[in-house]
Amino acid sequence: MNAVQKAASVSLDKVTFGYGDVTFSFDAMFEPGKITAIMGPSGSGKSTLLNLVAGFETPDAGKVLIDETDVTTSSPAMRPVSMVFQENNLFAHLSVEQNVGLGRSASMRLTPDDRAAVAEALGRAGLAGKEKRLPRELSGGERQRVALARVLVRDRPVLLLDEPFASLGPALRTDMLELVTALHAERGMTVLFVTHQPDDARRIASAMLFLEDGKVAASGPIEKFFAGTGPEAFRRYMGAETPVAQSRHVARKPT
Amino acid sequence: MAGRDEPVKAAPDTRITAGVIALGLIAILVGGAFAGLIAEGAGNLAGAAAAFDGYLFRIARFTLWQAALSTLLSVAPALFVARALSRHPVFFGRTLILQLFALPLALPAIVAALGVLALYGRAGYFADLLSVGGQNWPGIYGLSGILVAHVFFNLPLATRLFLEALQAVPSDQWRLSSQLGMRAPATFRLIEWPALRAALPGVAGLVFMLCITSFTIVLTLGGGPAASTLEVAIYQALRFDFDPARAVSLTLIQIGLTLLVVGALARLGASMTGDANLPVAPRRYLSAGNLETVLNAVLILLALAFVAGPMAATVMAGLGADLGRLAGEAAVRQATMTSLVLACLSAALSVAISLSLVMARRALAIRRRSERRSLLELLSDTGPAFVLVVPPIVLGAGWFVLLRHVADVFAIAPVMVVAVNAMMAMPFALRALRPAYDAASERHERLCAQLGVAGWTRLLLIDWPPLRRPLATAFSFAMALSLGDLGVIALFGSDSVQTLPYLLLARMGSYRTADAAGLALLLGLACLALVLAADRLGKGREA
Repeated sequence: MNAVQKAASVSLDKVTFGYGDVTFSFDAMFEPGKITAIMGPSGSGKSTLLNLVAGFETPDAGKVLIDETDVTTSSPAMRPVSMVFQENNLFAHLSVEQNVGLGRSASMRLTPDDRAAVAEALGRAGLAGKEKRLPRELSGGERQRVALARVLVRDRPVLLLDEPFASLGPALRTDMLELVTALHAERGMTVLFVTHQPDDARRIASAMLFLEDGKVAASGPIEKFFAGTGPEAFRRYMGAETPVAQSRHVARKPT
Repeated sequence: MAGRDEPVKAAPDTRITAGVIALGLIAILVGGAFAGLIAEGAGNLAGAAAAFDGYLFRIARFTLWQAALSTLLSVAPALFVARALSRHPVFFGRTLILQLFALPLALPAIVAALGVLALYGRAGYFADLLSVGGQNWPGIYGLSGILVAHVFFNLPLATRLFLEALQAVPSDQWRLSSQLGMRAPATFRLIEWPALRAALPGVAGLVFMLCITSFTIVLTLGGGPAASTLEVAIYQALRFDFDPARAVSLTLIQIGLTLLVVGALARLGASMTGDANLPVAPRRYLSAGNLETVLNAVLILLALAFVAGPMAATVMAGLGADLGRLAGEAAVRQATMTSLVLACLSAALSVAISLSLVMARRALAIRRRSERRSLLELLSDTGPAFVLVVPPIVLGAGWFVLLRHVADVFAIAPVMVVAVNAMMAMPFALRALRPAYDAASERHERLCAQLGVAGWTRLLLIDWPPLRRPLATAFSFAMALSLGDLGVIALFGSDSVQTLPYLLLARMGSYRTADAAGLALLLGLACLALVLAADRLGKGREA
């Protein structure tokens, strides 16, 4: 099960989605096997985009394609997708082992092979020896590790990360990003990574999708965004902290 | 590689199906009762119209009058008792008093009625004390009896609700008031009264509603046509006069009245169910003066004596009965078994229906993308509250007149008792279940969708553990309510189907007072145990 599988592309084909008075329209393509950071101001639709890919929301119009297959109407469990949320990734009353096991069998009927896979994934995520613990006996970082271990046993070609490390401290976040990078190197899945931290995006992503007002405002290789000549919307979002300021020429430009 | 046991296709949410079935059951129960009433009324228009006579209006007037008086006598003292308790957040026995004040909610009405009689009745413990000037104490009966029993039930309830309102005042306000050196009158005017006044309409409305639909108290303590309410009159029309046309007219007026009250209550935003939770005293920064402390102590002791009196009398009278002989009696054993079985079934049905509604409401709320709720969601949310408009006697009366042509009404007694009591316990069950389910769903919904955990697997593996305790709470409370109920069984009961409350009523009717007292003690203890269990289970909630 460790073989690098054929990576899957993800695309949103003229997808529109309305919630209350707000309308989102996404037209985007994520390259297979790459880590794409998704950034944008609060309410710009980052989580909504992930929810559309994961199947928690159904578009009003347009198509969601994964690996060139139309999954627009498939249920979340049917899609070749795993998602890690900011919190509540675990069932509080189930042990670490059981939480990961659910990724193998939704009815918890585990074969010996499944159990071996669970044990291996837990070891891989640095959780060996904590199999029997309950989520409340783990630290915040460890809980997200359990979620990543479940991603491993599910072994789906697309991974959606919805600010999973936002509540962790800097050192822990670095550890987690390293774990994600390692898993990505091993499995080669297509990763969509929603984050508020430009540093995190830069550290692991190779592409960027920038959202504003429920639309894609800019996209492209990540270097382009941080090179100082990034799209204007992105620079506005970054404000004074942007490394763009290093270039005096750009800094003097009226915005 | 994907998981092996994925669902074949996005199936319609089973939770919504369950909700629809639950709503269907409610609709059948309520609809059947109305069908019976309408058919009877239409079939005998002249008779129904003739029933609108002076007697009927006198009863309607008395119903309102006793409810208004009961509300006044319960709510006005409760304001001051609650304030006294709130002024002294820490003293020996305070928690015990509050727990005692929660008990009447658990006590079956017929047990309370017996307790009141044992204390203030003609042969009660106080009779000698009250027989002044050579005149024999006539015993409380009629309006006075009804009022004492209603105040016994509702004074503690209102006190607890008012205390909750006072304790909802942010602690910063108390700190501020003590820093500014506010004395008792100023504190009352500026802080306590505004909080109490805000709670007053809701509490008064709830008490009024409870008194206007009170059946057992009026039946056992009213004693005669001079002090009869609509519900008791419906019962008498069906059981004694066998005058279905009159029952229909009475029912119409009863529904009209409750609709008015419920409508007004909804306006006021009152909660329609009493709460079994104990308010906890927060840290407070106030000191009562000496005089105030004495006054408060007297007030609290009086309230305590009033509430504890009938309970103590129930216990004393019960212990005076020949409990050993009672326990050996075949009729008592039979009634106890019947009561337990029916109460269990009723509680199970109530919990199942409530859970279905809670799950459906949540599932629909998640699907919804705008503020506007669908009719189905609205029904699963507020539908159960409307059941309160139709008191058990009314439901029973409707089915009674509907079925009397086609079946032996006394043979369907078990079905009616189970179904109607389940319905009546629903608002309480919903209150125990809904917050727990919604919180669990909030945490688990997307995870379940993603992992494909649905249906039975989800219910057993994911929902059951966090819901176990709330379910047990709801079940025990529903069972206690059903166990002590003397509404439907009064209509449908017979020698072949007797519950404990029915047997109790029969023994009272045949003046076997000691037997009745013994049975009341048994019944009271059983309900008490259940409600304490419900409370205990509800409190030790899992993280």
